[in-house]
Amino acid sequence: MQDQRKAPVFEALKKHKSDRYVHFDVPSHKGGRGNPELAALLGWDCMRVDVNSMKPLDNLCHPTSVIREAEILAAEAFGAKNAFLMVGGTTSAVQAMIMSVCKHGDKIILPRNVHRSAINALVICGALPVYINPGINKKLGISLGMTYEALEEAIRRNPDAKAVLFNNPTYYGVCSDLKRLVALAREHGMKTLVDEAHGTHFYFGDNLPVSAMAAGADLSSVSMHKTGGSLTQSSFLLCGEEADVNYIRQIINLTQTTSGSYLLMSSLDVARRNLALNGKSVFAKTLELTEYARAEINKIGGYYAYASEICDGGAAYAFDRTKLSIHTREMGLAGIEVYDILRDDYSIQIEFGDLGNILAIISSGDRMLEIERLVAALGEIKRLYGKSPVGMMEQEYLAPDPVMSPQASFYSDKKTLPVKESEGEVSAEFVMCYPPGIPVLAPGERITKDIIEYIEYAKEKGCLVTGPHDMEINNIKVVKK
Amino acid sequence: MSMTDLWFHEDHSEGVRFQIKIDKHLCSLHSEFQRLDIFETVELGKMLVLDGILMITEKDEFVYHEMMVHVPMAVNPDIKSVLVIGAGDGGTVKRLTEYKGIEKIVVAEIDKLVVDKCKQFFPDLTVGFDDKRVKLVYEDGLKYVRNFEGAFDLIIVDSTDPFGPGEGLFTREFYGNCHKALGVNGILVNQHESPFYDSYKDTVTKTHEKLKAFFPICQVYQAHIPTYPSGHWLFGFSSKKYDGTDIKKEKWEENKIACQYYNTDLHKGAFALPNYTKELLR
Repeated sequence: MQDQRKAPVFEALKKHKSDRYVHFDVPSHKGGRGNPELAALLGWDCMRVDVNSMKPLDNLCHPTSVIREAEILAAEAFGAKNAFLMVGGTTSAVQAMIMSVCKHGDKIILPRNVHRSAINALVICGALPVYINPGINKKLGISLGMTYEALEEAIRRNPDAKAVLFNNPTYYGVCSDLKRLVALAREHGMKTLVDEAHGTHFYFGDNLPVSAMAAGADLSSVSMHKTGGSLTQSSFLLCGEEADVNYIRQIINLTQTTSGSYLLMSSLDVARRNLALNGKSVFAKTLELTEYARAEINKIGGYYAYASEICDGGAAYAFDRTKLSIHTREMGLAGIEVYDILRDDYSIQIEFGDLGNILAIISSGDRMLEIERLVAALGEIKRLYGKSPVGMMEQEYLAPDPVMSPQASFYSDKKTLPVKESEGEVSAEFVMCYPPGIPVLAPGERITKDIIEYIEYAKEKGCLVTGPHDMEINNIKVVKK
Repeated sequence: MSMTDLWFHEDHSEGVRFQIKIDKHLCSLHSEFQRLDIFETVELGKMLVLDGILMITEKDEFVYHEMMVHVPMAVNPDIKSVLVIGAGDGGTVKRLTEYKGIEKIVVAEIDKLVVDKCKQFFPDLTVGFDDKRVKLVYEDGLKYVRNFEGAFDLIIVDSTDPFGPGEGLFTREFYGNCHKALGVNGILVNQHESPFYDSYKDTVTKTHEKLKAFFPICQVYQAHIPTYPSGHWLFGFSSKKYDGTDIKKEKWEENKIACQYYNTDLHKGAFALPNYTKELLR
């Protein structure tokens, strides 16, 4: 049993600052004196603790003292066998998870609405994706989680797959039946990885969906910086009971910086302490603020701030009620329009806006005053700009047709073709479409007539189509035969 | 007998400090929203301070409160229903209750502690709270006002500065909701900060711009308030119909309200602004 009141990296850094060392090491800004403009913006104290590894502060690549202690404390707090402090964002954690279970040519089962970082990991390690169709809530235009039946089917067709990656919760707050899904994959000898970027709070709050470690997963990536209070770019990679911790550290060290930032590491350490000690009340407050905002926003009319009622026991098994996801189509505006008006006219920056929805992140750092501003501004936007309802575009899931590995297509010779003339070619790049945030094409997939039609249709409907080099999405890079 | 050398100071800008000699510290409390202090000063009577910023002194509160109330009341003497946002010290409400024609005064003050302590230490200023026409609601003004449509003839925003609990009362969403809550004859009067120091100037410009987005008539008038930063203070007069300088002089004088600062001549003059202030409002 660890003493969660400790924050060894944070404390060591505080001590280091008060010890007033003379520095003849990097960084060369030397406590900000070498870059006073930056110091004036960030604060001199911040510059003084931006230091490099040294004996009293341990070393992220081979931790033996304070960083190792911070890992052990974090592991206990998250109910994991080990926790790695990650300074390259959750992207680096997701990539390390995949690379630690898949080698060149191995198969991995993924939901199609997987984060780009996962597919990029396949480019690096040469593994082959097997995609599962995430359900779509047609009314809201959002992609959902994974169903038991869909995973069963994917396993039946690909009994040789090495691992399954789950995306839980989704950006919008939708969760899968993680416990049963993990058990199913494990029964078939597959490793279970969870992209839990938006689920840090599941480990600490009451009455929230199950966390990956509690569900028995092998590995999980949690974005401590998203909902846990640490600095942007800091995350944890959590390991379950059977994980080979030393091997995973080797994998992490393949691509991780050797100059891990102490600003990031100390923020992880002290944020973990805060959540371990106060997490229940922190997330109870978050939930209270979110539930209040949801009720008030639904009273305005025209907006639909959804929660657990969208659950169907399958692809939407549970909902993370700390998420404030709001459907805007009933008042005649696209989510992205509401997102822009909030920022430009009301100085309110929310997390995300797509064709049909907006997402606001609420945390214990918010006060009622801010919540009232958001609610009042949404009321005003409806009063001033509201129109009659517009329907969502119809979207059918287009099953991908992979013909090459992401890695092979990434490194192949390429040529650029107009999208309209690309039928039958193999895509060398991504095409993403928001909503619902599901890739239309990933590197190595055959471009079909249906896909070309879908891209045209989505563009016409005002979806945000991203990925290709060509921002207008008139052209696409394909593999040269 | 010599006095203890006790001084309160407030920085009016980074390089200018204002000091008031204190006789006694009467009260010091924290509410959910802010810290509240009440002092007995040597020259200015009792003084209310919120989060270290001077709100009122007994000696000069009349300037601010008279100018917030009598200006709109002289423009539209038929005002019947008034919403006051903030104003926990009672000064604005006291002046409103002097008008027999007003039928309803709702006060939305976020912090009950301000009202309770002002009742205790400023009994003369808070008499208005006992008037039968006055309804006190302890709620964030931004939240309260969004529940109404066309319900008020006058809204007075008697707020603190745009940081701390008053910040929501300087926003576009708040002014939009005020516009909605006002009837077709509606007038909005707001505390508009000072044009003098750089740290306040920006708020003057931005607040005026936000109001202009909703009200066809947006004017600014001024008063001389000795204890506020620079002493030069502004008020916003925004209205759906009335020009702020179009006074119903005789009708207003029928009210026979005794004033220390306000008179109808001064009313007209208050809308004549110095060039450096006009510059900020262009």
